Amino acid sequence: MADLTIQGQSMNQSDRREILVELERFGLLLVWMAIIALFAFLLPDIFLTWPNFSSMFGSQAVLVILTLGLIIPLTAGDMDVSVAQVLVLSSMMFAVLNVDHAWGVFPSLLAAVAGGVAVGLVNAFFILYFRIHSLIVTLGTGTFLHGITLWISDSRTISGIDQRVVDAVLTVRLFGISLSFYYAVAMCLLLTYLLGFTSVGRKILFVGKGRDVARLSGIAVDRVRLGCLVASAIIASLAGIVFAGTSGAADPNSGTSLLLPAFAAAYLGATTISPGRFNPIGTFIAVYALVTGISGLSLMGIDTYVQDLFYGGALVVAVALSQLVRGRQESLT
Amino acid sequence: MPPAVEKGEDIPRPNLVIKGMSKSFGGVQALSNIDLTVNHGEIHGLLGQNGSGKSTLIKILSGFHEPNGEGSIELGGRQLKLPILPNESAAHGISIVHQSLGLVQSLTVTENLFVDRLVRKSNWSIRWSKARQDARNLLRKYQLDIHPDARVSDIPPVERALLSIVRAFHELGDIDESEGKLLILDEPTPFLSAADVKRLFSLVRTVAERGVSVIFVSHDIDEVKELTHRATVLRNGKVAATLDTATSSRKEFIKAIVGRDVEFEQRVSIQHSGTAAVKIDGMTSQGLAPFDLTAKRGEVIGLTGLLGSGYDKVPYLLYGAHTAKGGAMTINGRKVPLASQTTVNAIKQRIVLIPADRQKEGIVSEFSIAENLALPVLGKNISNWFVRRSGIDKNALPLVRDYDIRPSNSSLPLKALSGGNQQKVVLAKWLQTNPELILLDEPTQGVDIGARDQIFRMISQAARAGACVLCASSDHEQLAAICDRVLVFARGRVVAELSSDQVTKEQITESCFTSLEPVFSN
Repeated sequence: MADLTIQGQSMNQSDRREILVELERFGLLLVWMAIIALFAFLLPDIFLTWPNFSSMFGSQAVLVILTLGLIIPLTAGDMDVSVAQVLVLSSMMFAVLNVDHAWGVFPSLLAAVAGGVAVGLVNAFFILYFRIHSLIVTLGTGTFLHGITLWISDSRTISGIDQRVVDAVLTVRLFGISLSFYYAVAMCLLLTYLLGFTSVGRKILFVGKGRDVARLSGIAVDRVRLGCLVASAIIASLAGIVFAGTSGAADPNSGTSLLLPAFAAAYLGATTISPGRFNPIGTFIAVYALVTGISGLSLMGIDTYVQDLFYGGALVVAVALSQLVRGRQESLT
Repeated sequence: MPPAVEKGEDIPRPNLVIKGMSKSFGGVQALSNIDLTVNHGEIHGLLGQNGSGKSTLIKILSGFHEPNGEGSIELGGRQLKLPILPNESAAHGISIVHQSLGLVQSLTVTENLFVDRLVRKSNWSIRWSKARQDARNLLRKYQLDIHPDARVSDIPPVERALLSIVRAFHELGDIDESEGKLLILDEPTPFLSAADVKRLFSLVRTVAERGVSVIFVSHDIDEVKELTHRATVLRNGKVAATLDTATSSRKEFIKAIVGRDVEFEQRVSIQHSGTAAVKIDGMTSQGLAPFDLTAKRGEVIGLTGLLGSGYDKVPYLLYGAHTAKGGAMTINGRKVPLASQTTVNAIKQRIVLIPADRQKEGIVSEFSIAENLALPVLGKNISNWFVRRSGIDKNALPLVRDYDIRPSNSSLPLKALSGGNQQKVVLAKWLQTNPELILLDEPTQGVDIGARDQIFRMISQAARAGACVLCASSDHEQLAAICDRVLVFARGRVVAELSSDQVTKEQITESCFTSLEPVFSN
């Protein structure tokens, strides 16, 4: 009899625990819904309209793609703060080649991505060969890249990018949302597969959380880290081309402000879906939860400073939340 | 041998008096009712096996552990308030040199000597020229030829040890008030050469001559006999003997350390098929003389020795986790040069390593049991291109059952498990790959008794299945329980080999302590 009661109690407890775990996994999604509900209540006529949502989805695709690239080295335990500058350089290279030198779309695109690969290799070389902290290396290379961007563009905005690119990114719409959104969805699915369902993805996780364990388990740790840094640079340069396409032009400065939102979304995304791990679907939700809040507030007529408040605050809150997640997991024991 | 006579005094005056000191950790009695007296100007040896209570006693004196019960500590006639708080021991007149020495390698000699004190005295202006001059004077007083501006990482190991002793002594304050001062040296010698040990000893004698009491913790009977006046031997948390060094023989020391109440564990020796599975030729590395070994299929070989003897380097060198200087290993009929061995190759050669540092090198405790177990079989039992949770769980299921991992829910994070069960996960993780050579370093560290027994059985089972096992450990009971033969190391080379009947806890311990060739000429 006594055994039975104990069994019953522990079942109850584990049920409750399971509910908590599920609540945590979908917490951010619920927060996003709550934000939507709040603004729908405050601004029923403007906010809850398809044009508003479709423009939100389309306009933030660049940030989604950039953040998805960023979570790859973050998972492997490396900070890459050069991603935003890779994006800007790539968009500028594409514009300079396509507009000033009249290269075709594909050669320009290949050259921009090749630039990304080169940056990834340089980052990896300094991080892995000299054993310098990734944050320091990418802080340096990022600033260096901005110098190159200003140099190749003479600090001008270069407009007049091939209309086909603008069409492929912005003008052509599916269900009223520009195609760039679907590129972001595709990237999200691709990375969900690569990080979540392949051996390589498993190995990246172990490299990030237990580097010595990974090394002693026969994982070529440096090769994995190099791959991750190059992957994030490639994805950032692809994001750069989408960025150029959305405005039909490349300007040497505006993209640089994407760095902090990308980090905020990456860390916020790591509190959801698989809490404690950077994950593509969580990232996707995080970007749009943040953007929904910002666009709602700006529709209410609040100034642009709200962006800084939101992204800066979100980064710190997200990291604090993930600490809480860890604490709660420890109490599972 | 130096006589145990204090200068100008005929009757020794007690300085440190410990009475009835006890300490238990969750039901395990680490120290019970210890009495210890050290006189003014006396160098007192503290000996005992691992787990005998030496470090517990030191940690009570340094304020790291709280004692239980009624014990008391008196120093220089003052009754110390117990427990001693961690930052209080220096104020009581107790200073400790740990084996790690506690120096900051990247800072200079002067900075290491004084910065603490300087900052405490005047927060806003450190006078470097004066500090340097003070350092020079202090070093000269002990006849140490070390430049005050040298970086600690650039000076030889013996000078680092000397430096930390000088610093510890200096921290005790004014030498004139030698009343109630205690200096504890916690195994400062294992990594030093014989000549360096002599230098260190002469410094310790200088310190003691000023009236300070010194406790010298060591494994090395020869050193204790050379340096100390008296010595206390701990065994199983009790004082086994307090010996007068000059009049006691090595044999008496060994008897006190090993004890006689050792249970004989009868072990069934297995007949080995006689084929050599692994052959090691002339493996060398820093602190390891050329090492040869031929191991047969199904054989379990123990590697042991005192701290710093080099036995624990062997597994990591064979696995390529650390790089050997030279030598070769023949495994599966193929010769592998060890200087270019890598972990990736080792795994291909079907070698596995179970490291001592479980938390850092064995597992990722935030990840689940199943995820940790899946790591070595990715691309084998689990497809490279479609890793599903169900596949990971399916791989874990039989392992959790066969290795009796509890709780058996394989989706729990490893940190939810006890040390013993975590270690079972590490074993299961590697033994599922059917290795040829299993390298173990302290396989049952921080593991409860029940799990320890199970781990022994897992190791034996893997050996019976044809694997060859090398187990580095300082736990002699464990070696006696699992090994067919045991190699004993001292100063980087094998000095004894015990086999069949000789593989008992008592014999292993004894040969560890007797194997050192005497360094000091009488």
